[in-house]
Amino acid sequence: MALVLIEDSELLESALRGDRRSLGKLISRIELGFNPGLKKSKTWTLGVTGPPGVGKSTLIGSMISEWVRRGERVAVLAVDPSSPKSGGALLGDRMRMQGSDSSDSVYVRSIATRNHPGGLSYFIDPMIDVLAAAGWSKIIIETVGSGQSQTRIAAFTDRILLVEGPDRGDIIQAEKAGIIELADIIAINKSDIPSAKETFDSIIYSLDMSKSSNVDVHLVSALNGDGIISLIASIEKCHNYEDENFIRLKERLLSFWDSRLLSYPDLNDLLEQLNTGTITLDEASDMVCKGLLEEEI
Amino acid sequence: MRIVIAKPGLDGHDRGAKVITRILRDAGHEVIYTGIRKTPEEITRIMIDEDAHALGLSSLSGAHQVLIPKICEKLKSSNMHDVVVFAGGIIPEHDHQILFDSGVRAIFGPGTHSNTITEFLSEVENRKLNKMPTGVGEDLGWRWC
Repeated sequence: MALVLIEDSELLESALRGDRRSLGKLISRIELGFNPGLKKSKTWTLGVTGPPGVGKSTLIGSMISEWVRRGERVAVLAVDPSSPKSGGALLGDRMRMQGSDSSDSVYVRSIATRNHPGGLSYFIDPMIDVLAAAGWSKIIIETVGSGQSQTRIAAFTDRILLVEGPDRGDIIQAEKAGIIELADIIAINKSDIPSAKETFDSIIYSLDMSKSSNVDVHLVSALNGDGIISLIASIEKCHNYEDENFIRLKERLLSFWDSRLLSYPDLNDLLEQLNTGTITLDEASDMVCKGLLEEEI
Repeated sequence: MRIVIAKPGLDGHDRGAKVITRILRDAGHEVIYTGIRKTPEEITRIMIDEDAHALGLSSLSGAHQVLIPKICEKLKSSNMHDVVVFAGGIIPEHDHQILFDSGVRAIFGPGTHSNTITEFLSEVENRKLNKMPTGVGEDLGWRWC
């Protein structure tokens, strides 16, 4: 055990000095539960979420190119779900990010959710801290917005970009997913397809109805670059709501709560009792709360 | 294992690479697919950034005996000796030895059963666990046949 610790601290040191191989290994260690315990430094983070197939990765690719041109160093953590059946994962985001493989100023790391209890919530913060400490000035977390626990990962960032696309049916679908409330900026991608304008209009209309937000909505094309510059300007001027944004804090809290619940040692027992009907859901959640408290002591 | 499946060079035919990607995912691996037309430099960088344990190279264009040894050299000079390299696609028998000499541990041609590839990877995991030389820059005694 002590040996491993020495190795970890050496890894951390050389990762922070800028060695990419060490950074890669360090992130793998964090995935396995290692926490380097860095002091929280100033980070710049952006969460990018949205339904599958709307062009999140491609859009990130064109934003990366622009940021790199401006002298930024951009790191992307691209999160994809692991298969619940085999435990394997297909990580294909980086192939859609142009320039992700050839610049010293870009670091792209694919991350499988691995069905960690409660998803990635325990690991995403230390990963962000390490990347920031290693000098990555823009840190982007990409997650598929299909399911609450996936979307919640985006809540660990300071600003959230929701990407939507044309021809995805009624905008009500997007509202049902509950992602719109989390978003600071919305980008309707694929403006090269005429019906994208309809999606754009209906999102604007729906936001007007709710009157709740000052969300910027952009019509962009990752394919031909239209609207990317003004999208970036909007992302850059977006405030960091960290302490004020109750919705986001709530998502983070829920995410941690999921982790705690799923790592509850007697969870299977509890499920068994629920299955046989010996206890009710109400009783089960009481038992979990009590059990977790005792664990603390 | 974390496995990168890559298409080096000017070769756009990636149906095979995509099928392999699916097979490996279903066998429980985390598979990163690079997309087509990657240079040896790009592939090496992906291996480093993704902290991958194995690299599968698919080639159907005939450039394998140039590109694959080059990638193996790049991995070694980047201090990634422990990475396992295997190849697939259209690679004629008489070119196999060059690739094996570069550190490739298995070559899978057309008609290979998917089980064969997953068995190879289990064997690789086993060998790594027992600290037996398996990587591209390690002792060349063993290969899959």
